[in-house]
Amino acid sequence: MRIQVNQQAVFVGTGSSQHDPHQRTVVFLHGAGMDHSVWLMPARYFARQGFNVVAPDFPAHGGTEGQALTSVEAMAEWLTAVLDALGLGEIDLVGHSMGSLVALEWASRHADRLHRLVLLGTSAPMPVSDALLDAAATRDRDAMQMANQWSHSSQGLLGGHAVPGMTLYRGALRLLHRTPEGVYHLDLSACNNYVQGQDASAKVSAPTLVLMGEEDKMTAPKASQQVVDLLQSATTVRLAKTGHSMLSEAPNQVLDAFSGFLLAE
Amino acid sequence: MNDDPFGFDTRQLHAGQRPDPATGARATPIYQSASFVFDSAEDAVGLFNIERAGHVYSRLSNPTNAVLEERIAVLDQGVGAIAVASGQAALHLAISTLMGAGDHIVASQSLYGGSHNLLAYTLPRFGITTTFVDPRNPEAFRQAIRPETKLVFGEVVGNPGMEVLDIPAIAEVAHAAAIPLMVDATFVTPYLCQPVALGADLVMHSATKFLSGHGVVIGGLLVDGGVFDWLDSGRFPTLSETYEGFHGLNFAEEFGPAAMITRARKEGLRDFGACMAPMTAFLILQGIETLSLRMARHMENTQRMIEFLSEQPNVLRIHHPGHPNHPDHALANTLLPKGAGAVMSFEIDGGRRAGMKLIETLQLFSHLANVGDAKSLVIHPASTTHHRMDASALAAAGISEGLIRLSIGLEDADDLIRDMKAGLRAAAKEAQS
Repeated sequence: MRIQVNQQAVFVGTGSSQHDPHQRTVVFLHGAGMDHSVWLMPARYFARQGFNVVAPDFPAHGGTEGQALTSVEAMAEWLTAVLDALGLGEIDLVGHSMGSLVALEWASRHADRLHRLVLLGTSAPMPVSDALLDAAATRDRDAMQMANQWSHSSQGLLGGHAVPGMTLYRGALRLLHRTPEGVYHLDLSACNNYVQGQDASAKVSAPTLVLMGEEDKMTAPKASQQVVDLLQSATTVRLAKTGHSMLSEAPNQVLDAFSGFLLAE
Repeated sequence: MNDDPFGFDTRQLHAGQRPDPATGARATPIYQSASFVFDSAEDAVGLFNIERAGHVYSRLSNPTNAVLEERIAVLDQGVGAIAVASGQAALHLAISTLMGAGDHIVASQSLYGGSHNLLAYTLPRFGITTTFVDPRNPEAFRQAIRPETKLVFGEVVGNPGMEVLDIPAIAEVAHAAAIPLMVDATFVTPYLCQPVALGADLVMHSATKFLSGHGVVIGGLLVDGGVFDWLDSGRFPTLSETYEGFHGLNFAEEFGPAAMITRARKEGLRDFGACMAPMTAFLILQGIETLSLRMARHMENTQRMIEFLSEQPNVLRIHHPGHPNHPDHALANTLLPKGAGAVMSFEIDGGRRAGMKLIETLQLFSHLANVGDAKSLVIHPASTTHHRMDASALAAAGISEGLIRLSIGLEDADDLIRDMKAGLRAAAKEAQS
């Protein structure tokens, strides 16, 4: 669906859910250079479970207009504006990679509105290598190729997509290529420059699930564990033979992990 | 540009396949099963509602077919692919996914006879019409595009005229009108040409041919490059508007770059049902594992045959972009640097009689209606593959009475040349009698 936020058209993936203020709401935040479509399967699952599903495209991503936001803090503020525009109160919040940082920052500010938190492929800080940042600054496509290679497990680079007939590496690359020029660099810079992640993590009291890909080279399990150690109430799931692109490399395992967590009461 | 982490030879062997999780089998197992047991009632709902990944019923997907689909998609730089019953089924699947009655196609006039028939005679009964244009003239494509045009279509190398489609130029024309370009890449395979990298949006193959190489199966593949923006185009309601056949699903919004190939599976494969048997998928995979090795040899032998035929007095004209006199020789060198495929044609002095004598005399070349076998093949297009075309369509496609089409195989080149020499000698006598 399309809504207006700060006088800009924002696209929000809903998993075909029908919004009802009396239902629980789960919010999905995508990573750098991505959009709502990475959440296709979990969005449809939670819609069927009777949730309001909110998977917004950040500004200048997917179907959302405007200039890209340049900091994780600004993205967290923007998320509040999106939720307010939809009239939503308490939410479950799920974020992947850059989206996990936004989720952490938002969670640290809005404990009263957060029910449960899920972080996929996270670390705080989330340093981005100079090589990748430099490439993104001048050669978007080279940077996307580089990051895409690092985002897949060794087997994932050769394929074996769980969704019949689809490609892992090329599928992710095609989605990245839809990002307007310059936006990927802004996303990576926002991740690299976010220094409040540890403080934010320590403030989160909501039950939190952290999913780690055992072959994640972008946010290594060791780095994810440091976030876990700071959170007040965290559990972890480690996904074998899976890289940073866990939503496409292990879609069923990811869904099983966080659906169980979010539906548990 | 190859922006894939692995080289072509590695991908043709490994892409899309992991050792079988159940048995550890290194080869891709043949999952000869119509359907697949659900783990639970919840799993069943999830699979039907696109919440989970997996297989339900082999008309929709099958684990063996999925390896083939992912492999060809990886080799062709696509986001995904669908294996279907034949190349014709791949063409039909693409068209039926993108358009309906009242819509229009602009196509090259130099097409495989079956494709020409589908577009010229069969689809008009269903309200889809086609304008055929000279494949060498991008401006002709542009002028033929109408408001209701939904697809531009051509063959990378035309059959049997061997015209090379200027993919970047034709793609530019199509994209300027917010229309995708689909190409039939059967003759070239991903080894010689990856059309998506040149600007094409959709690629189809008859996998019966060079991809298999063994000539024992019939199969087709449709690859979605994942580049075309169906929402931005505004011409494709099947992708940009909600689909009641799937509870209001909007494919372009939900699937992004994979919208087209997903709708093709969720609707076209489901409803028209032209699926591929898993045994067929397995056999095509066996062929693809050696594709680069075979295609390189095909091209060596083709070049030898071109050189031989160039010196024969009763060969009037050779149609292959590898021949220096071919009008697309320079374009082929640019777009197809590894070669323009192993299908070629030539015109023989003496017309139909001489041509038939040649075919009857050949021993190593098998006279049959196919191309892309490991064995060398020969046919007379005007009386066989293209016999449904009338005289003007034959002329437009460059098919004369004396045209002979060859598919050069993997035999010793010297043996092929000796066989052809005998055939040409017999044809010359026939022409003089």
